[in-house]
Amino acid sequence: MELLVKNGFVYDPINGVDGERMDITIKDGKIVEKVNEHKARKIDASGMIVMPGGVDIHCHIAGSEVNAGRLLRPEDHFRDFERKTSITRSGVGYSIPSTFTTGYRYARMGYTTIMNPSMPPLEAKHTHEELSDTPIVDKASYPLLGDWWFVLEYLKDDKIEECARHVAWMISSTRGYAIKIVNPGGLEAWGFGHNVNSLDDQVPCFGITPREIIRGLCKVNRLLNLPHTIHVHTNNLGKPGNYQTTIKTMQCVEDLADGKPAIHITHCQFSAFKGDSWATLESGAEEIANYVNVHSHVTMDMGQVVFTDTTTMTADGPFQYTLYELSGNKWVNHDVETETSAGIVPFRYRRKSYVHAMQWSIGLELALLIKDPWKIFLTTDHPNGGPFTAYPKIIAWLMSRKARNATLKRINSRARSRSLLPSIDRELNFYEIAIMTRAGQAKALGLKNKGHLGVGADADIAIYNVNPEETDPSKKYKRVRKAFKRAAYTIKGGKIVAKDGEILRHMEGDTMWLDVQVSEPIKISEDMKRRFRDYWTVEYENYPVGEDYLAISNPIAVRANV
Amino acid sequence: MVKLYPCKEFRFPIVAECINPEVFRGKTSKEIEMLKVWEGNKQRKLSELFKIEMADGDVENIVIQGDLSKVRKIGAGMKSGEITIHGNVGLHLGEEMQDGKITVYGDVGGWVGSMMEGGTIEIHGNASDYLGAPYRGCSEGMHGGKIIVHGNVGNEAGARMRKGIIKIYGNAGQFAGLRMRDGTIYIQKDAEARIGACMKGGKIVVGGFLESVLPTFTIEGVREKVKIEEGETAAGPFYLFLGDIVEHGEGKLYILKDKNPHLRVYEKFL
Repeated sequence: MELLVKNGFVYDPINGVDGERMDITIKDGKIVEKVNEHKARKIDASGMIVMPGGVDIHCHIAGSEVNAGRLLRPEDHFRDFERKTSITRSGVGYSIPSTFTTGYRYARMGYTTIMNPSMPPLEAKHTHEELSDTPIVDKASYPLLGDWWFVLEYLKDDKIEECARHVAWMISSTRGYAIKIVNPGGLEAWGFGHNVNSLDDQVPCFGITPREIIRGLCKVNRLLNLPHTIHVHTNNLGKPGNYQTTIKTMQCVEDLADGKPAIHITHCQFSAFKGDSWATLESGAEEIANYVNVHSHVTMDMGQVVFTDTTTMTADGPFQYTLYELSGNKWVNHDVETETSAGIVPFRYRRKSYVHAMQWSIGLELALLIKDPWKIFLTTDHPNGGPFTAYPKIIAWLMSRKARNATLKRINSRARSRSLLPSIDRELNFYEIAIMTRAGQAKALGLKNKGHLGVGADADIAIYNVNPEETDPSKKYKRVRKAFKRAAYTIKGGKIVAKDGEILRHMEGDTMWLDVQVSEPIKISEDMKRRFRDYWTVEYENYPVGEDYLAISNPIAVRANV
Repeated sequence: MVKLYPCKEFRFPIVAECINPEVFRGKTSKEIEMLKVWEGNKQRKLSELFKIEMADGDVENIVIQGDLSKVRKIGAGMKSGEITIHGNVGLHLGEEMQDGKITVYGDVGGWVGSMMEGGTIEIHGNASDYLGAPYRGCSEGMHGGKIIVHGNVGNEAGARMRKGIIKIYGNAGQFAGLRMRDGTIYIQKDAEARIGACMKGGKIVVGGFLESVLPTFTIEGVREKVKIEEGETAAGPFYLFLGDIVEHGEGKLYILKDKNPHLRVYEKFL
């Protein structure tokens, strides 16, 4: 099928296209040089913005953790539900929507590629089952490897090559996409009721430090030539004064970078607190931005907070326990055998709370103070900072001082006086928004066919009904917000899947995973099989996820240097 | 006044959020007849299920006569006006109500006045479980307003209550005031066990027999009388217990001394 998107204002940052009026031609799911103008179906995009389909680098949409959240929160469901139509299936949930609804809602906003960032390897099958049920969008998962016993043991003995081969096996057999590290060392310590408080604390029973874990896995990542960097949720997340830990985490892999990105700090807002206690909490955004502005080896995402009722869920068990104690809400604590942990706590961010208002401010400060939009991406760490459906709101805040001031007026007055936002004049333009919501994320993830509209790219396109020549986003931010909420058209794989926020077609999305190829086939030693029998509830033979398990498998071959 | 009479004996659950002065306001009788209601999984017009009589122009005063025990959500979210029901009513009566008055001369189902914020609900009959309590999983229950029940109530009355008052002139079931944060529950007669479990604040007054107080409550003293609301006090003496300690709670539980001689053992701790 051929498709011709005519006359839109195209924003394609990877190819340097900044709001030029041009046509995009699509054939068989790819972007091509030209199509037969008479035969092709035409979409008139004049007066509209044309961007590559959105890419979300970090959003918890599938897996046992998300599902436990759904079970924990019946009250999240009854207010927000979607009836079935002749095309779509019904679904419920505001902060943790059911799988089908998740796919539809992303598609409505013009997003076509999403990354599920925490997959305990043991629960990879469950995660892939849910991902297969998430329609339209392409997706991938990051297995949690930062507190994996074998990794800790290899790194302790400084066996980087062996560790790399093991990680290669892990990623391929869990059908993962990148190395996710959550509170390195802390999760293992949590198994004993403890946590680690700095990069140089010892992890109980393993005699290794968080610094060694991060550096080791960073080297592994390099050896394996993985397309994404290590994806790090820092130590001390969500504790006042943690911005120093964050800077130290970035510093600790500085020498391993050789000019290329080496580390992705995820939901950085939660790791940018200054002050000694909640009462004296301040923003560490400026210090982090100053560091990131002069270093090229870091990318990060915002983890922006929006004022709403949401559900927090991370693999960071000790952090979730702290949150449970703070909020007094219901809580799920989960220990995934030898691999990782998890916790879930429902949470409401309130405008009038000093801490929550500061968090809101810190996220935006980070995005605005970091000068290069290729280094910071728009996320809410869905659902931790708020559901992904809040992205249009955040886009409006980033593009308009007026929008920020309107919210500033309504937040806690002490937070307002401490916020750096009134002193920041920067307003992003559509080109920068295109980088932060798709191009930058695709580049950081090493997705060659996503996030741009060059010839050969996947025909994932979002068209938004806002005219950049007529609408000044800094003044008419509500118009922009509305446009980004419901894409005029969402095209996935060359097919129109949504128009004006209505889903027109139910289709399956790919599950991308890395087929890491090492020089000789990886042999799993007898010793390891024995340990599987000793320590896991699952036998080694049942552990890997078969490729037939994925609805549509999209392996990406990677040649490793080991 | 608008009068509604059920046309038949209902077999399926009816969800009739539209029976609400707020919705009726400014509508002609034709428009009211066309309002949509769910009967089971079928959508119907209000006039298919109810005979509607307009007595005068005042549509904000609704009177319903007949058995409504299958009808749910009457007066949900209402902000003004008055509903009077002569007969039994089903679930979720006056859910999330903000103001106005609902009077029922009959028995009501569960979740009456669930999560309400203001207004008054008066029931001249019995109420079922979850009086004023929120849905499963919700952390915030009743936020204000007043519920008066002249008969008995079921379990978990006033669960997760934040503000407001519930007066029960009959007996109450188990777990009255479960996880309550603030507000007042007055039970004139007997209450069943586990009253005030996990409460963090607020006041529960029992004027009848209570078999046992949870072990996570401590006795604080004896009070001669207790204020129920402005201009109303209950004459004692009452034992005053504080709890629930499991939740570091400071809720007050008053229990009439005369009707509960078995609680005298606590007096040695005073």
